[in-house]
Amino acid sequence: MNPVIDVRHLVKHFPLTGGLLGRKIQLLKAVDGVSLAVARGETLGLVGESGSGKSTVGNCILRLIEPDRGDILLAGQSILTLTGQELRRARRRMQMVFQDPQSSLDPRMTVKKIVGYPLEVHGLAASSAEIADRVAHLLQEVGLSSDHLDRYPHEFSGGQRQRIGIARALITEPDFIIFDEPTSALDVSVQAQILNLIKDLQRRHGYAYLFISHDLTVVRHISHRIAVMYLGTLVESATRKELFDHPAHPYTLALLASAPKPNPLLRQELAVLQGDPPSPVQVPPGCRFHPRCPHAMEICRDTEPEQHNISPTGAASPHLVCCHLYREGHRR
Amino acid sequence: MVDTVPAGRGITPRQRRWLRFRRNRRGYYSLLIFSVLFVLCLGAELISNDKPLLVSYEGSWYAPLLFDYPETTFGGVFVTETDYRDPFFLEQMEKPGNRAIFPINHHDFDTINFQIDGPVPSPPTTSNFLGTDDRGRDVFARLLYGFRLSVLFGLALTAVGTLIGILVGAIQGYLGGRIDLFGQRFIEIWGAMPELYLLIIFASIFEPSALLLLVLLSLFSWMGLSDYVRAEFLKGRNLDYVRSARALGVSGPVIMVRHLLPNGMTPVITFLPFRMSASILALTSLDFLGLGVPPSTPSLGELLAQGKNNIDAWWLSLSTFLVLVGMLVLLIFIGEALREAFDPRKS
Repeated sequence: MNPVIDVRHLVKHFPLTGGLLGRKIQLLKAVDGVSLAVARGETLGLVGESGSGKSTVGNCILRLIEPDRGDILLAGQSILTLTGQELRRARRRMQMVFQDPQSSLDPRMTVKKIVGYPLEVHGLAASSAEIADRVAHLLQEVGLSSDHLDRYPHEFSGGQRQRIGIARALITEPDFIIFDEPTSALDVSVQAQILNLIKDLQRRHGYAYLFISHDLTVVRHISHRIAVMYLGTLVESATRKELFDHPAHPYTLALLASAPKPNPLLRQELAVLQGDPPSPVQVPPGCRFHPRCPHAMEICRDTEPEQHNISPTGAASPHLVCCHLYREGHRR
Repeated sequence: MVDTVPAGRGITPRQRRWLRFRRNRRGYYSLLIFSVLFVLCLGAELISNDKPLLVSYEGSWYAPLLFDYPETTFGGVFVTETDYRDPFFLEQMEKPGNRAIFPINHHDFDTINFQIDGPVPSPPTTSNFLGTDDRGRDVFARLLYGFRLSVLFGLALTAVGTLIGILVGAIQGYLGGRIDLFGQRFIEIWGAMPELYLLIIFASIFEPSALLLLVLLSLFSWMGLSDYVRAEFLKGRNLDYVRSARALGVSGPVIMVRHLLPNGMTPVITFLPFRMSASILALTSLDFLGLGVPPSTPSLGELLAQGKNNIDAWWLSLSTFLVLVGMLVLLIFIGEALREAFDPRKS
């Protein structure tokens, strides 16, 4: 199946400048060679600690940040070379739902204005009556009512604001939607409602989702496939079941172990990671994870690990791991 | 848990602020009083003038405020413009059928009252009910016209300074980076210039006028504001709704005008009355020092200077002081109420 969005070897380094003339002193390697693809009707969960570069990936795909290298294909066509009118057309097909429903809605616009804004910007509606019509329809679809059309964002609760943000993302009928931690600012009970709404919408319309989160339980709930990011690179990616049943990378193991469990009797000794993640300015040589890895070997200190497919033979989706433990064709 | 919206109509943030402003009665009434005074002083010619508003002479009507009539019109001998305070004209008006409707105060700001007995400045009389200044000109008329000039000057200076401040701050804040850096350094250098010396130098080179003062003061008056607007734009440009507008492909100028500016107006609006009172004070001080508007122009600062030179003439200093203080106090009350209405911590 052709992926809706195909990201290839994406690289984004931010220069850190200093001094009066703004000389480049160091590079912050936010994203360092990330490849991922999402198919129609599929959700790819992107997890990682804060600072791992997962939001930068999302911003690069929308070209809110211009990537340095790599390519981004939307339905087979590169969007990095697009400008002007063509870029606008491409942007119509990709939307984003932001983390903070408080700041993602302009406090001075009514719900009708906010949700209908993309139509207005892209000139997709013939009249303001048509915009109002489509907005009202969408509001119902995301669980609000058309009575809310002329209200302002401050009159809504956090969960409702996030529904408005989702409606805004849906109105241009996109193929691909990025959710950048859409539930992390919400109460747990509201989180579930929003996640179910997101899933429902996908079932009905077949959107491709990139779901960025640091919360494994949320990602597990919503994703078909999961990619784990560490310091700007993908360390492991697999289907949800495969990843949770057979986590391979030591970092993924540590993440899973550190996820809070509701039942205290099931809690085990935490395989706590030592230290903080290194700064993306000074990326460790070799495997990026080796200073914190309980299984670090000599080779990890100087050689960057390659990607190994460790999925059982015959599996439909590959299970990719970047770790020296799985070299020399090690298979389960 | 089901989230619900409390019933009620959508109230815009602007409406909410206006309601909050009105709840501060002191500020609200100050705004009302100031507006009434402002409207009244705009029609200063109808209140205090040495020409009649309307003249009915031998069956036809004349409007001396709008047109010049030679004295021959009213049966005189001179072809120059009628002196409506001349006893001859007043006698003509006594004749049956003729009428002249004068404004409440019969003096223009530069009319010299020659009918005073005793030295000038002369104390209040029935004719000059706030007395005259040291050249025999009516104090009430000069206060009225001076108030108008002060308010208009304050408004103009505030408007120009605010516009420049918004523009500079918006460009710095939205573009950021090197433009912002050099902009800030320029402002620091510009702000260190001795404003008063420059004004004194310019006042000695050019003929002083209200317009020249406006231009000179505008060069400096924008600086405090641009910092606030810059900060608002710096904060705003990374908010998600701005990013989402960018992701939609909305262009930079549209984002600035449509999203950043309306949400960054709080410091601009809350500072307006304070900036205006500062502008008025600046003009008054310059006039007091004799560096301001040209001599015959009615101005509060010049009246204050006269009051200082004629300390016994209490009607000069006291009335000017009251007008000035009243105006500034009203503006500050308005400003306080505005600041309260815009306070984000109050819901």
